[in-house]
Formats: sequence, structure tokens, C-alpha cells
Amino acid sequence: MCPIPLAAWGGGALALGAFVDVAHAAGPIEGADAQALNVEAVVMFLVFVAATLAITKWAANRTRSAADFYAAGGNVTGFQNGLAIAGDYMSAASFLGISGLVFSSGFDGLIYSVGWLVGWPIVLFLIAERLRNLGRYTFADVAAFRLAARPIRTLSAVGTLAVVAFYLIAQMVGAGKLIELLFGLPYLYAEILVGGLMVTYVAFGGMVATTWVQIIKACLLLCGATFLAAMVLIHFDFSTEALFQRATEVHPEGLSIMAPGKLVTDPISAVSLGLALMFGTAGLPHILMRFFTVRDAKAARKSVYFATGFIGYFYILTFIIGFGAITLLMNDPSYFKSGEGGSYDKISGLIGGTNMAAVHLSKAIGGSLFLGFISAVAFATILAVVAGLTLAGASAVSHDLYANAFANDRVSEHTEVRLSKIAAVAIGIVAIILGYVFEKQNVAFMVGLAFAVAASCNFPVLLMSVFWGGMTTRGALAGGFLGLGSAIVMVVLSPAVWVTTFGFQSALFPYDNPALFSMSLAFSSIYIFSKLNRSPHADAERALFDAQFVRSETGIGAAGATAH
Amino acid sequence: MRSETDALIERMQRDPEFHELVRERSRFAWGLSALMIAIYFGFILFVAFWPEALGAPIGSGVTTVGIPLGLGVILSAFVLTGLYVHRANAKFDALIHRIIERAK
Repeated sequence: MCPIPLAAWGGGALALGAFVDVAHAAGPIEGADAQALNVEAVVMFLVFVAATLAITKWAANRTRSAADFYAAGGNVTGFQNGLAIAGDYMSAASFLGISGLVFSSGFDGLIYSVGWLVGWPIVLFLIAERLRNLGRYTFADVAAFRLAARPIRTLSAVGTLAVVAFYLIAQMVGAGKLIELLFGLPYLYAEILVGGLMVTYVAFGGMVATTWVQIIKACLLLCGATFLAAMVLIHFDFSTEALFQRATEVHPEGLSIMAPGKLVTDPISAVSLGLALMFGTAGLPHILMRFFTVRDAKAARKSVYFATGFIGYFYILTFIIGFGAITLLMNDPSYFKSGEGGSYDKISGLIGGTNMAAVHLSKAIGGSLFLGFISAVAFATILAVVAGLTLAGASAVSHDLYANAFANDRVSEHTEVRLSKIAAVAIGIVAIILGYVFEKQNVAFMVGLAFAVAASCNFPVLLMSVFWGGMTTRGALAGGFLGLGSAIVMVVLSPAVWVTTFGFQSALFPYDNPALFSMSLAFSSIYIFSKLNRSPHADAERALFDAQFVRSETGIGAAGATAH
Repeated sequence: MRSETDALIERMQRDPEFHELVRERSRFAWGLSALMIAIYFGFILFVAFWPEALGAPIGSGVTTVGIPLGLGVILSAFVLTGLYVHRANAKFDALIHRIIERAK
């Protein structure tokens, strides 16, 4: 049991998928506070890794065709896919970040949970079934259904890779910090470990292995969080009023933790953030890809229903966990860095930063055995998310860019899958390098950027291609690239990056989230450029819509599906 | 070169009953989407404009109005997806199946 000393890293916030505001409010996980090696955590983590590698080996034997590799052969059931979607979506940010935000500011954490859930009904009502009916492996299949394949697939692949890159950087840096803290493993080794495992799952086991890693992770996370929340509630005889009462007595900000605080200040920021959260969910490529793993539209529908239930339940748990951490940790100095005379800051003084509230709570409730379990769960959580991202990125390279955009479909399935595996390895190497490069940077804005790009590029193109017969290739390209470009530029010029990361005096764009503006630009550009496009080619594209519409609404001719 | 699928799709395109069903289903789906958007942005704007109202305690306790409201938004998302799935399974699937079979 030897604590490994680690270099301090001032100012680097743990992203873990946390948004700018979460990171500001909830604070970083600080590597300098590394804990002594937790043997239980290491053993449980090794069991998880061994189990997932065994599954990968089993999956590798079953992965023969491209349909197996990209879409698990379409054999996943609606319930399984619901769990896998939940496992793909609930990042460590949801678990550690939101419970940490509740720990530091109470009610504000609930505002985030709500935002992260409300995109799901939209995915169900408008996207899921039509996506399944029109596509095979990636959402670009749908966007390019009646438009020019090469430019539209290039646009979709760029949108996919941008989302994957930003999301992956945030996850890799967060994973490195977390592992450094929980297991005492040096940062670079942690990056190589995460990168190596995610590439192994994806390259050898494809979608089958990725799906099962996500299902196992979802079960572990839901069980762990349920136990934590239940123990908190038992402590207060299942009276939430008693829990809140005690929290307001212990928390330095008293009663104000029960009301909206600093998170939402002006309506424009609030709406812009809300748009990114709600519609970004419907544009995340690794999530959209999951709908091709089920048999038909009906199963796709069922999977969103279950996923919404699991994710909503989980966010309610994180709220209880955050309040439980306030009541059970804040009066115990052993969880805090003590200053002069044994005094400590009840929020920022928490060892490892406020994002560690749930982890410390697990120790307070179940001792070091349960601490080990929750640590292993947090790690499994990250692995499942990065595996999904890697598979989405690799598919964009092999299926969209290579096979369909540049080789005009003259590629054998075997070559395409092999290229996808090579792409997965390349993405893994790039992710490790980026994770290392960004170690000391504040990357908290990256997930916000990923959601903004998904909402401003992927989502408008996908939604309009399904619902608006007037859209042409030119309109989709103009809207998609303007949405993508404007989202990135506005985030770079925003306070979170321009001031906090680059250190300039004042921001050139006043809001941290660009979605309100970049989404408006994307949708209006799609409309205007399509309307202005009067070429015969554009007319031919519009004429194809009616047949596409029948397919998207009925599932006739859908890939691998039985007719309804 | 026309496949059987293309021929089926063409017949569906001309079927008024198909268009009527799709219109009804779309109205339902867009209506639920609008409702979800209204609930969520209603909540967000409530937080932005009237934080004191959400911070008001219920009765004599410390639990505030905002807590059941926030949890209510989470529950409403689940309830709305349930409503959609129920209606689609119980009604739309059977109708569309019948129309396709007839067109075959």
C-alpha cells in the first residue's frame, strides 16, 4: 500500500464529460491528492477487465460480416439495446460530475440532469424509427439516402469525427486523472491502459463486444448508484425532507442549496445550453449507431423507451447521492484537506475535488470494499463510453469516407471491416497522444463543444433529410458545414476558452454555449441554399423524396429487417 | 430496372389511407415533441426568470417547489416516451401492417 506521489496540476479541470459550468461549479479532480493504492479497487477492476476481454474473444469469433462488425448483426433486443444505450450515454460526468455539482451547489445539479435527459423523447418521436428504417451502419446512410453520396458522407464523417474527437479528449483526460487518483497509476500509463483496452474491444470484438461492455457497465453503474442512494435514504428513514433538512444544516450555504443558484444567470445562455443538451443528444454519432443493432423500427422504439427509463432513474439517484454526500461527508474532516488549526473548506477542500463526492460517499457508507467497487464502476463507465466513441469514429472512416465516398462502393466487405479495425487502432493512438498533450489543459469545454457540434451539424442535416423533401445536397452541405464551423469558432471565442484557457482579457463571443446561434444558422442555411438551388440535379434529388418517405415511415426495404 | 420493393413503394405512394395514417402518426409525434420542448424550456425559463419562486419552501419544511418540478420534468420525459410506445404498438403498427399487406 504505497501512495505514489504525483505532480500537481494547477487549474486543470477534470472534464469527464462535465460542461463548462459544471466544471466551474464542481471543480476539478486534483491529481495531487492521489490516494493510497486501493487493493479492493484494483482486484475488482481486474475482474471487470478479464470479463470484458473474455467477452471480446467470444465476440471476435462471432464477428464475420460487416453487419456483425458495425451493427452486431442486428441481433440485439430492444431491452438489451436500451441498457447498452444507457451504458453508452451515462458517462462518468453524469455520475461523478452531477453528484459533485449537487454536493457543491445542491439544486443546480438537478437543472443539468434534466437537460441531459430531455433529448431522449425527441430521439424517440422524430429520429429512432426512421433512422432504423433508412440506414444500415451509420447515420450518414440516412443523410446520403437520396443526396450525392461523396460530399454528404464526407460532411457526416467530418461531423462524426469532430464530435468523437472532442468527446474523446474530455474522456481520456478525465480517465487519466481518475485512474491516477483511484489506483495510483501514473497518468501516461493510465492513458495507454484506457486507449489499449478500448481499441481491443472495438478492433477484435466490434459492435458485439462494445454492446456487451456497455450493458455490463450499465448494470454495474445502476446497481452501485441504487445501493448508494438506498443507503442514504435508509439513513434518513426514507424521508427526503429529513435528508434535505440535514443537508441545509451542514452545508455552508445553508438553505440556498435548495434553490437555483449561479448556474443559470441569463435567459440566452440558459436557452442556448438547453438547445445543445436537448438536440445534441439526437446528433451524437455513437448513440445513433446503436439503433442499427436492433432488428427493426419497433425494437428501436423499445430501446429508447428503456434507455429513457434507466437514464432518468439514474439521474434521480445522483441527486440523492449528492445530498447524501453533503450530509455524510461535510462534518468528517478525514475527507478534506485540512488547513491551519484543522479547519477545512467544506466544498473546495474535498480530497480530489468535488467530483469525488460520490466516491468518498461510497467509502463512508460501505467501507473500503464498496469504495473499491465504486472506483471500478467509475472506470468501467469511462471504458464503455470511449469504446462506443471509437467504434463510431472508425465506422465513419471505413464505411462513410473510404467505402462509400471515395471507393464508390467497390470495396469488399472484408476490406472495409479490416480498414475499420485499422482506423480503430489509429484513433486509439491519437486519443492516447491527445490525452497526454491535453493533460494540463482545461478541457472542460470539450464535451460542451461535442454537444454543440452534434446539435448544429449532425442533427439539422439528419432531421431535414428525413422530414423535408426540399433539401438538396447543396443545402445540406452549406447548413452542415456552417453549423459545424460556427459552433467551433464561437466556442473558441467564448469566455470558457478565450479567457479561461487562452488567458485573454475578455471574450469575443459573450456566451459559453453557441447552440442557439449555430443551430439557427445551420437550419436557415439548409433552407435558403436548398431553395436557391434550381439545377436539374436538385430537382432529381427532390423527386426521390416520396419513395424515401414511404421507406422511412414503413420500413419497407429496410436493411436486415423483416417487414412489419 | 424495377424491383418488387420499388413497385410496392409506388403503390403505397398512391394509397390515400397510407398518407392519412402517416399524417396522424406525425401529428402525434410532433405534438409530443412540442410538449416535451415546452415542458423543458418552460422549466429552464422559470429558473432563469423566477428563481425565487422555485426556491420557495413547500409548507414549513426545507423542500422547495423546484424539487418536485425538476423531478417532474424527468418523470414527464419517461411518461411521454411510454405514451408514444404504447400508442405505436397498440395502434399504428397494426394499421401500417394492414396497409402494406393490402398493397402487396
